[in-house]
Amino acid sequence: MEILVCVRRVPDTSENEIQLNSAGNDIERDELVYSINEPDNYAVEEALQIVARVGGNVTVATVGSEDDEEVLRREMAMGANHGVMISDEAFSGSDGRGIATILKGFVEKGHYDLILTGVQAEDGGAQVGGMLAALLDYPFASLVNSIEVLDGGKLTISREIEGGNREMNEIDLPCVLSIQTGINEPRYVGMRGIRQVASIPIPTFGASALGLDPGTVGRVAVRVKRVDYFVAALGKGAEILHGSREENIDKVLELVAAKGGLK
Amino acid sequence: MARIFAYIVHKGGVVDDSAVELAAAARKIDAAASPTAILTGWGADLDAACNALSASYAEVWKLANEALAYPNAELVRKALVKVLPSGSIVLLPHQHFGMDLAPGLSIKMKSTFVSDVVDIAGVEGADLKVVRQEFGGQVSAHVRCDLSSGAVVTVRPGAFKSLEGAVVSGVGGVIDKSSDIGALTAGRRYLETVTAEAGDVDITRYNVLVSIGRGIQEKENVAIAQELADALGAAVSCSRPVVDAKWMEKSRQVGSSGKTVKPKVYLACGISGSFQHLAGIKGSPFLIAINKNPKAPIFQVADVGIVDDLLEFLPELSNRVREMRTVTAK
Repeated sequence: MEILVCVRRVPDTSENEIQLNSAGNDIERDELVYSINEPDNYAVEEALQIVARVGGNVTVATVGSEDDEEVLRREMAMGANHGVMISDEAFSGSDGRGIATILKGFVEKGHYDLILTGVQAEDGGAQVGGMLAALLDYPFASLVNSIEVLDGGKLTISREIEGGNREMNEIDLPCVLSIQTGINEPRYVGMRGIRQVASIPIPTFGASALGLDPGTVGRVAVRVKRVDYFVAALGKGAEILHGSREENIDKVLELVAAKGGLK
Repeated sequence: MARIFAYIVHKGGVVDDSAVELAAAARKIDAAASPTAILTGWGADLDAACNALSASYAEVWKLANEALAYPNAELVRKALVKVLPSGSIVLLPHQHFGMDLAPGLSIKMKSTFVSDVVDIAGVEGADLKVVRQEFGGQVSAHVRCDLSSGAVVTVRPGAFKSLEGAVVSGVGGVIDKSSDIGALTAGRRYLETVTAEAGDVDITRYNVLVSIGRGIQEKENVAIAQELADALGAAVSCSRPVVDAKWMEKSRQVGSSGKTVKPKVYLACGISGSFQHLAGIKGSPFLIAINKNPKAPIFQVADVGIVDDLLEFLPELSNRVREMRTVTAK
């Protein structure tokens, strides 16, 4: 099975306090810790496990720039056979549809049985996988939390639906699946593993190599555009306890008791 | 202004809560809009759902087809593309079905796609200006969407509630568009729904939940929360990352893809407060949040917040509870 996994490098929300920049048009990116988008990492692990069972190759690709190479190396250290950088000045500023259009160009240059994405990115809209599938006219399933390979070019998959229930489906290959976190336990990647893949060449594909009309991607084709960032109050806001830890503990106990929680 | 359609999710003849929320969102896009509800399905369930909508929608489009008896997103998309006028604005709920259907629908409708919208700022020229949240809800963004070729918009469940000034005149009623669909086939076939396993502890039965998130950091630390829960007579529940990491069973997860709980007190420990998690907390419990990150969205919805390291805070809290219990016992 030839599997393509589309990955992205994103600011790691669990490691960062996201702040706005002074102009309010972006987040403060100088001090941010970046990492692979978490669901994408689960997608790569799932691809590796499928290939371990039925044979084949795993290719990881990202639409990005030099800075994003580190996530390709990381996933190659996990065991992906190939890393591919899809990069062009004409791609910058693409919206979700633009990214899907670029990926379609790349998919059509190769031959993949299965294409995986993460279910969504930290700053994304859970959109690229479904758009890519529709552009390719492949079947699609979102929120996938198990995959079993059947004979005859088919998979049985489950989707995570409400209440922890699972929707079982059969799906024809080739197809696009967006992978939900928790589907597996991604293997650990150490510094040594990353050093071992440091010298493997990563080919770069641009707009002309993919036969893409520059008018269909990048800033010129954008239909969805972020105007500004702001911090919105979701609720009235918590009363923050500013006492010492001991005082805060006493206060918490008092409140828990008052609300009927200590019996 | 383009015509606005709301795709209505329904099950067993009962319309999902999102039906009224989409109607509210439609009126925020265009105050004069009379959005059209569009439903797919089959048989008596579909008819019941269509009839139930007359209070909130002036016109209801019914797409009946046996292949649509279960909402397979690929089949639904093919049916919708046949009947929706090009340039339409189509609203869907941002839940598992909307996530399955909407991105591909926007491609086939050749329209703009924007997902998980929490508010509508208005229409400016040819653009719709919406509010989305990014980075786990830590920041919000205004996003402009080009409406010139229509749009597919998914709306966060619960974000649009009030139907201000909604007067629905029952002009159109239910219009049967089924004959426009034609034959439907898909590369994906629904097999069955497997219900979630019950698990060892039923977190829905407790008055107090000590709920842990990513901030618990490792599996061994779950015991710290369990100790507090034992002292309080509470249960330990958790948010999604704890289940993803296999530190706790899925049956302990609170949220839209987990359990819905209604405790009196909810101690959110190291939980950032994603909307999917908050969707599982009902009945307005007293919410106490402990988190190292003062920017964590949970502090916006909690009643009381403590910015502290829960790995130190929780054991001291457990000790105090036990001390108090001993004193009371004497």
